[in-house]
Parts: sequence; C-alpha cells; structure tokens
Amino acid sequence: MLTFKTIIAAVAIAAGMAAAPAFAAEGTAPPVEKQSWSFAGIFGTYDENQLQRGFQVFREVCANCHSARLLAFRNLTEDGGPGFTEGQVKALAAEYEVADATAEGGVRPAVAADRWPSPFATDQDARDANGGVVPPDFSVLAKARGIKDAFPWWITNYFTGYSEGGPDYIHALLNGYHDEAPEGFDLPEGKFYNDYFPGHAIGMGPPLQDELVAYEAGEGQEPVPMTVEQYSHDVAAFMMWLAEPGLVSRKETGFKVLLFLIAFAGLMYATKRKLWQGIEH
Amino acid sequence: MSEHSTYVPGNAAEKWLDERLPVVRFAKEHLMDFPTPKNLNYWWTFGAILVLCLGVQIVTGIILAMHYTPNVALAFDSVEHIRRDVNGGRIIQAVHSVGASMFFAALYIHIFRGMFFGSYKAPREILWILGVVIFILTMATAFMGYVLPWGQMSFWGATVITNIFSAIPVVGESLLQLLRGGFAVGNPTLNRFFSLHYLLPFIIAAVVVLHIWALHVPGNNNPIGVEVKDKRDTVPFHPYYTMKDAFAMVLFLIPFAWFVFFAPDILGHPDNYIQANSQVTPSHIVPEWYLLPFYTILRAVDFNVLFINSQLGGVIAMGLSMLALLVVPWLDTSKVRSGTFRPMFKWFYALFVLDFIALAYLGAQEAIEPYTTLAKVCTGYYFLHFFVILPVLSRIEIARPLPTSISESVLGKAHS
Repeated sequence: MLTFKTIIAAVAIAAGMAAAPAFAAEGTAPPVEKQSWSFAGIFGTYDENQLQRGFQVFREVCANCHSARLLAFRNLTEDGGPGFTEGQVKALAAEYEVADATAEGGVRPAVAADRWPSPFATDQDARDANGGVVPPDFSVLAKARGIKDAFPWWITNYFTGYSEGGPDYIHALLNGYHDEAPEGFDLPEGKFYNDYFPGHAIGMGPPLQDELVAYEAGEGQEPVPMTVEQYSHDVAAFMMWLAEPGLVSRKETGFKVLLFLIAFAGLMYATKRKLWQGIEH
Repeated sequence: MSEHSTYVPGNAAEKWLDERLPVVRFAKEHLMDFPTPKNLNYWWTFGAILVLCLGVQIVTGIILAMHYTPNVALAFDSVEHIRRDVNGGRIIQAVHSVGASMFFAALYIHIFRGMFFGSYKAPREILWILGVVIFILTMATAFMGYVLPWGQMSFWGATVITNIFSAIPVVGESLLQLLRGGFAVGNPTLNRFFSLHYLLPFIIAAVVVLHIWALHVPGNNNPIGVEVKDKRDTVPFHPYYTMKDAFAMVLFLIPFAWFVFFAPDILGHPDNYIQANSQVTPSHIVPEWYLLPFYTILRAVDFNVLFINSQLGGVIAMGLSMLALLVVPWLDTSKVRSGTFRPMFKWFYALFVLDFIALAYLGAQEAIEPYTTLAKVCTGYYFLHFFVILPVLSRIEIARPLPTSISESVLGKAHS
C-alpha cells in the first residue's frame, strides 16, 4: 500500500511547509524567556519570603493604581501563602479604611475579614486617572495572561504541566520597556513602548526602577538585590499566589491522589488478569 | 434477551417482587449475565468510561450549582468564590472543567473506535444514531457550560456561536433573539444557558439509557466484526467486563487527575480569567478544543455559493458534517465490519483521523493564510471521506478472508 503511505507523507510535508513561514512571521517580538519558579512542577510550593517581598512591591507600587478585589486581608495568613501572622495582618488592615454604610461617617478601619480596598472609588474614577483605561484588577490577572509556545512545542506542556505562562509574561512585561520606540514605530502620545505588550504601545509607564522598594533582610539573611529584575520576579510570584492561593495544597493532594490511583490501577490489573486467566481472548 | 436469564428468585419476598416489578431480574439479565464477546479490546472500555464521565459531571455540577450565581454582575466572582472560599471547591470546580475535556477525549475515542470497527453497520444503526445524538447534545451542553463563568471567551464564544442561528433563512433573526433573550448576549442569555445546562445532562442520561437498550438488542460488535455464533464466543458481562471496565476507568482517572491537580487551566484559555466585557473584543476568539473541528468547518466556507451567502454556507457545511455521521451506516455499505480486514479502508481511516486532528488544529488558528486554505482542504477531505471514499471503497475493495467465528480467531491468535 505504498501509494497510501505516499499520500499521507505528502500531506504531512505539505502541512509542515505551509505552517513554517506563518510561525516565522509571528516572531516580531523577542520570545518570552521562561523563568524558574519555586511553584512550578509537581512539588512546587510558594517561597514565603518571595511572596512577602512581592506583597511589599504590590502594596507600595502596583496598588496605587491596580485593585485586587478578591483579596481579603485574612488570605495573607492562610497556609501556602506569604505566611504573615494574624497580628501582622490585623495591624496592616487597621492602616486601611473601608466604606461601610453602617459605620459612623460611612467609613471604618478595615479588619482581617475585609477585602483589599480599591485605589479608586469607581471604575470611572480609575479611568479618569489612567488615560481612559481601568488598570486591570490583580485578583486573577496572573492566570489571565499567558505565552504562546511555537508549534509543536506546546504539546510538551501537557506532559510537564506548564502553568506558569502568566508569571513568565508579567516578568517579561516588567522588563520589556524601552526608553524610545524603535525607528519606524508610531508610538501614540502618552504611551510607552514595550517588547511584550500586544501591539507594543502600553499605557502604563515603567512602574519599577532599581532601589524603588526598600527590602529589609531578616537577621542572618543575605540581602536581596533591589533591582527591577528581582522586583518583577517577586511581584509576579505574588500575583500567581493571588490568582491561585490554593496551589500548594492542590499539588500536595494531587501527588497523593496520583500515587493512590497508580497503586490502585496496579491492583485492579492484577485482579483482572487473574479473573481472565482461563479465558482465551 | 430474556433467553439468557438464569434468575431464580431466592425467597418468597423476591418472588413477590419479581411478579410485580422484575427489577432484580432485569439487573441480573442486563448488568450481570449479559453475554458479551470475549475478544473485546481496551478500545471497548470507553463506553463504561463515558458513563463515569457523565456521572462525574452531574455530581460535581450539582454541587457547583449550589454555590454559583447566574447573574452577569456576580457570575465571574461566584466561580472564584467557589475556588477560594468553598470547602473543596477548587477541586470540585477543576474536576468539572477538566472533566468536560476528558469527557470529549473519551467521546472521540469511542466514536473513532466505532468507525474503525464498523460498529454502525446493521443491525446497529439505531445504536449508532443515538450515539451521534448524545454527541451533539453533549457539545451543546459543554458549550453552554463554558458560558457560565462569564469570562471573555464565555461571552464572545456565546456571541459567535449564537450568531450561527441568524443565518437560517426566514426564522433566523427570531431564533437568535429567542436564544439570547434579547438583541445581544446578556443576563437573560446567561440565565437560560444556566437552566439548559442543568437540564440537558439528564436528557443525555435518558438517551444513554436508549443507547444501552439499543446495544442490548443485537449485543456488542467486536474487533473482528463477526457476529457471535454460540455460547463459546461470549463471557457473561459480570464479572469479566465489569472488572475490565473498572480497571480501565481507574487508568483513565490517572491523566484526569494529572490535569485536575497539576494543570487545571491548561486546557482552557487565559482570556476566560478576564471578566466578560461587551466593549472589548478579544483579539482572537476560539471555542474550547473539543468544538474546534466543527468550528473549522463552519469558518471554512468564507465564499458565496449562488444565492447562499458565506454565513449560511458555513452553517450548512457544519450541519452536513454532523449529518454525515448520522447517515454513515448507509454510506459505508461494505459487508465487512472490522477495518482490520479491509486493506484499503485502513489507510483511508488513518488519513481521516489525521484530517480530523488537522481540522481541530486549524480551528484554533487565526483566519489568515495558509490556515484558511488548509481549512478548506481539510473540510473538503472530511466530506470526500464520507460521501465519496466510503461508498466507493464499499464497492471496489476486496476484503481479507474473515475468521469463521470469534472462538476461531481467538484460538488462532493464541497459537500463532
């Protein structure tokens, strides 16, 4: 049946040739560099210190414009998160005021059960202050972004469980600013040029710069570099936690479930074999 | 098949019940003693796996519905509330969303198994048609379920897919408004989709009962496609196939669990983590992977044919692609069921599988060259396979000699 084999081969080659130039054409931006994250892989867990640093960057920089409406103060104490103590979070919450129609004057200090207060009272206020666009909410933003792997390499992602496209993109974006747009690129007034933002013209100015956030090293700890590279790593990790706060317990459970299923399947197979032994099939 | 019954009521109470409502007799005949060809391979376990999938979706879905709010302002956050605040919610939600993909993976394997081994041929046409009905109902259910989290892909997917109906002449516009509950996708759409998404699985379950009924009249097809001749060709369903199916189910749960626990979002689209916004169109709207082959066929017709505009043409092509599945028992008229004994069919079958995978791949690509041309070629081949290749093969192909019985084939395999 050589003829049929030839047809199949011809179709495969034709498809391959046709697809190749299309992928080459997409590569106008440098590809996003995948980072190594502590929460990647089967045994991935968040790094408490990194989440705390990321939270600091979020609080001091990002939160001035971006909301995180699904984040409650109490989440910051939960297992698998940044690991703040209840006392720390209570004190932190008390620094913020939240709207409460039942309180005197309509506002009261926040408690641990409150959600993170948004920087703008309404979407329209947010729009007015930010060039007509609401800065995206951070709650699940890390899962709302991703990167595209070229054909056919994305297939391997199903086997490695690669789910860090969001943080990889965020890290790349924060490091992807250029002072000037490349020649021939028409950058609209008030926009900034970024390698990784779709269309390259982003409304957000470079939010980070070296030494912007003062990290304090704990006793006996190496000081963490205060660079854009480090800040962007930390805040991307924090955003991943914010989007997926149960990641650690999910993976721990999953490991047990998989071990059980594999052992159980082995036993089931042995039983099935024994049962079918005398039957020619 | 009451002649296979070996049920004898054990005591007076069972006898009393048996004379009034013979449920125990029924269960014994159909779930235990049912004679099943002894040569079924693992491709045949996907029927049982699909029952498992439907069960998992219904159970997790009922729990999700307890915490979900079908309102455009609240739906997105209520799904996040399930993931963050409901006990076990993040697992239940992941099982349900990954479960939809696993359901379709099993469904496609089950359908393609039937196509290779000629399971649609007489006397199993009704069995096959009911299967296609289940497939179409499942696609409708999954599509409406994907709208419920009210992300960007939910909203824009709903907009694009409901728009299909507007192409139907005369009644199209009214039908579109009825589906959406208004002029655009909005709160009424979300509410009716939620209601229907809850209803349809039970209709699917009812059709599954008919599907199994239609299976139990002629009995199972088998890998050699030669009908059961006598008792030596079969084994009772229980314990032989209950055990084999149970093993296959556990095996199936391994990749299922892999996705649920280690990559619950990998089969979805990141855009669906952005709340629906009617003012912002995503740069590239893609349905879920399991709808992609048919989406490609819908999009492939981007030209007018006589008085039929491209939109209606696409809808006709997509309708026809499903109709082809319904009528395949009458397109492939070869007397030989199993592809194993059909030297030419085998290769065309493989080519068709590749074509179907290519259709799925193309559905996820943007509407630019070379994808648009490839989509036309693959769509053309899809129809060529059903309406030309299968009927012609049935006439010209010379099949290899068939074994006289299942027992003979099994013994031959054991000694060779």
